Amino acid sequence: MDKIIISVLGLAGIAFTYWFFLMKNEKAVGAKDSIDIVVDGGYSPEVISVPKGKTTKLNFIRKDPTDCLEEVVVGDFKIRKHLPLNQKVTVEITPEKAGEFRFTCGMNMYHGKVVVN
Amino acid sequence: MAESKKTFSIQGMHCASCVRLIERALSKTEGIAQANVNLATDQATVTYDPDKVSDQQIQTAVENVGYKAMLNEEKKSEDEEKKEKQKELRDLRNKVIVSLVLGGLILLGSFPGLMNFAPSFLTNSWLQLLLAIPVQFWAGLTFYKATIPALRHRTANMDTLVALGTTVAFGYSSVVTIFPHVVQSIGITPTPYFDTSSIIIGLILLGRYFEAKAKAGTSEAIKKLIGLQAKTARLLRDGKEIDIPIDQVQIGDIIRVRPGEKIPVDGIIVEGESSIDESMLTGESIPVDKTKGDSVVGATINKTGTFTYKANKVGQGTVLSQIIKLVQEAQGSKAPIQRIADLISSYFVPVVIMLALLTFVVWYDFGTTTAFLFAMLNTVAVLIIACPCAMGLATPTAIMVGTGKGAEHGILIKDAESLEIAHKINTVVFDKTGTLTRGKPEVTDVIPISRLSKNEVLKFAASVEKGSEHSLAEAIMREAEEQKVKLQPVTKFKAIAGHGVEGIVDKRQVFLGNRRFMDRESISFGFYLEQLERLENEGKTIMMLAIDRKLSGLIAVADTVKETARGAVEALQKRGIQVVMITGDNQRTAKAIAQQAGIKSVLADILPDQKEKEIKKLQAEGKVVAMVGDGINDAPALAAADIGIAMGTGTDVAIEAGDITLINKDLSSVLSAIELSKKTMRTIRLNLFWAFGYNVILIPVAMGILYPFFHILLNPIFASVAMATSSISVVSNSLLLRKYKI
Repeated sequence: MDKIIISVLGLAGIAFTYWFFLMKNEKAVGAKDSIDIVVDGGYSPEVISVPKGKTTKLNFIRKDPTDCLEEVVVGDFKIRKHLPLNQKVTVEITPEKAGEFRFTCGMNMYHGKVVVN
Repeated sequence: MAESKKTFSIQGMHCASCVRLIERALSKTEGIAQANVNLATDQATVTYDPDKVSDQQIQTAVENVGYKAMLNEEKKSEDEEKKEKQKELRDLRNKVIVSLVLGGLILLGSFPGLMNFAPSFLTNSWLQLLLAIPVQFWAGLTFYKATIPALRHRTANMDTLVALGTTVAFGYSSVVTIFPHVVQSIGITPTPYFDTSSIIIGLILLGRYFEAKAKAGTSEAIKKLIGLQAKTARLLRDGKEIDIPIDQVQIGDIIRVRPGEKIPVDGIIVEGESSIDESMLTGESIPVDKTKGDSVVGATINKTGTFTYKANKVGQGTVLSQIIKLVQEAQGSKAPIQRIADLISSYFVPVVIMLALLTFVVWYDFGTTTAFLFAMLNTVAVLIIACPCAMGLATPTAIMVGTGKGAEHGILIKDAESLEIAHKINTVVFDKTGTLTRGKPEVTDVIPISRLSKNEVLKFAASVEKGSEHSLAEAIMREAEEQKVKLQPVTKFKAIAGHGVEGIVDKRQVFLGNRRFMDRESISFGFYLEQLERLENEGKTIMMLAIDRKLSGLIAVADTVKETARGAVEALQKRGIQVVMITGDNQRTAKAIAQQAGIKSVLADILPDQKEKEIKKLQAEGKVVAMVGDGINDAPALAAADIGIAMGTGTDVAIEAGDITLINKDLSSVLSAIELSKKTMRTIRLNLFWAFGYNVILIPVAMGILYPFFHILLNPIFASVAMATSSISVVSNSLLLRKYKI
């Protein structure tokens, strides 16, 4: 009996993990000229929509002391910036083509996205 | 009044009235001519007289109305950051020591049969719980602190795995300690595993400590470059010398530099002369002599003389700033090889959590009598051994060290992709003029005929050429100057286009020109035809000198091959790379130059706009082509090649068309760049192999896949040792690139 319970709980746990981490709905937040992104256990907002051809300022403010988050990398725009704790660090991007461009922490563990349309 | 402008951040503003308040306070301060405050950017700009008002006074003026002026923000924050980092490292070290000492004591008490020397009180579960609490919730707090906000974002990272793994071990052990009878009643011996949770935390923090130290080394090159910058400049204003911070120097400022000092910004010497150590730019340690009219580059070192110069590039425009920007951009870019690692790491942690749950279920359902313990310990081992960090660090750390290493030696790599492609190059196409050759014709042979000396031939030739602007004339004038030949006045000077020049020098009629000119003037040269052809076959242009209608000398002029060309070409060929020369010159000249440089394949008679097509033809043959040029008139060819290598001009480093810029102008750096790319790629591959292999092999082992066959299980403590070393090994392997000699 206990084996059945453990099996059911285990499989439910696996399904929950899948749903919780891999099926989340990301809503894009539109950036006008600039947008503040709070870095705390990830990026808030996580998905940012930006119009094509327009220079947009992404202001990262790191509130999380985790080592992993101390750098932000926007690889497609050749940007790697150190984020000192509680300081605003501005990254300027001018996307020339539409598409999705990821930004990540230095170790590629936390992810965000710039959606250009 | 000598006016200066300064922009700085203001803290504490929240409305338009704050703006007015601060503006008024600043404007009232003596020495400030104008103050503008911008609420949107939280910044103030003041126009002020540095003689009358100090930074401190500006700061006080802002503070008096209740706000904070962040003057010298950059510098302060850098210092603060460094201190912060050091403090973090110190804290980390303390946590490592405490957790390993406490964990060690628990470990001694956990194996009473094995470690008889251990005091018996250590076997007490309650004492072990007391010792484990600070490790779990003080030293291990960092894992929870990272996990909780991440979960709010529905993300997970390595800290999540460590927090989960150690919490399971600690939680189970606490239950066993507090309610031993309950555990016993369901058939499990109440053995705590505080040693596992504490030692895991200690070892993972130890790994992090070493990793943080090693990671600092990967960005050393950029720190070195930034450190090259001078801090202040000595300006000449109204006949007075004043020292000002380098960021306040403006274009057109006149700056004085004394021996031994660093040149603050780029500019042109207006007075004085000196020899300058430009090794920071070129890697060449021999100082270069500079005098009035010569350009100087910021951050190079003035060796001997004192001079004044006019700044023509400041701030982000200086050569050093461009180099720093280029290196920073390259270090921020992504190599294509990284894509697979990116993809895997975005699913990695959730997959590991799912595997850990699966491990628990399978062990519980199919395990022996102590199934619960096996299930729990193996689940912890799976959570602990998984190391996504190693995968995340594998490529960028190597790219950072590789591009930094290149920059230290005058090889600027535009992005990680270029660094990745460069190792595949099997054909290098060199542009001739200005790349393989000096790009400036020089006199190579002076052959006197009749009784004239070499210098006399030069004297007549240079005297008659004095008024000409032809590039060949310039070469002859330069040679005459070098040989200290005294020129004579020329009368009745005439230039005949496509032929040569004539005039009267020393009362003698002088003709200087090509074969056509001699034919036209019926001056015979048939006797010297063999000599002429020999020189022409060497790719030289011949000027014939006739005095009083008699052939009196031959002067051969040629664009000379750089000394380093042959060595560079041979080194490339030795490594199996095909070398091709491309030029607009005719076959004969092209072949002669190619021969001197040791190049067998020549593409001659190619107009500048056709070079791109030739590159594409080579690519169509399946070759991976690097084009080496000056980046000015061969920009389309550089862009068309798989890798465009631009020879730097010393003043403009960011040549757009170039994937790699050689600011050291050294041809042998073409091979160095390819070798650096090969070395970096080898490091990346090894890193990825290690990072992937490690997870692919050890996660199944931790799950207990070997148990049915060999009875092998992975103790969670060993899992934490492996985990801690995996990231360090990847970063250390990247750091080994620093030892590579270019």
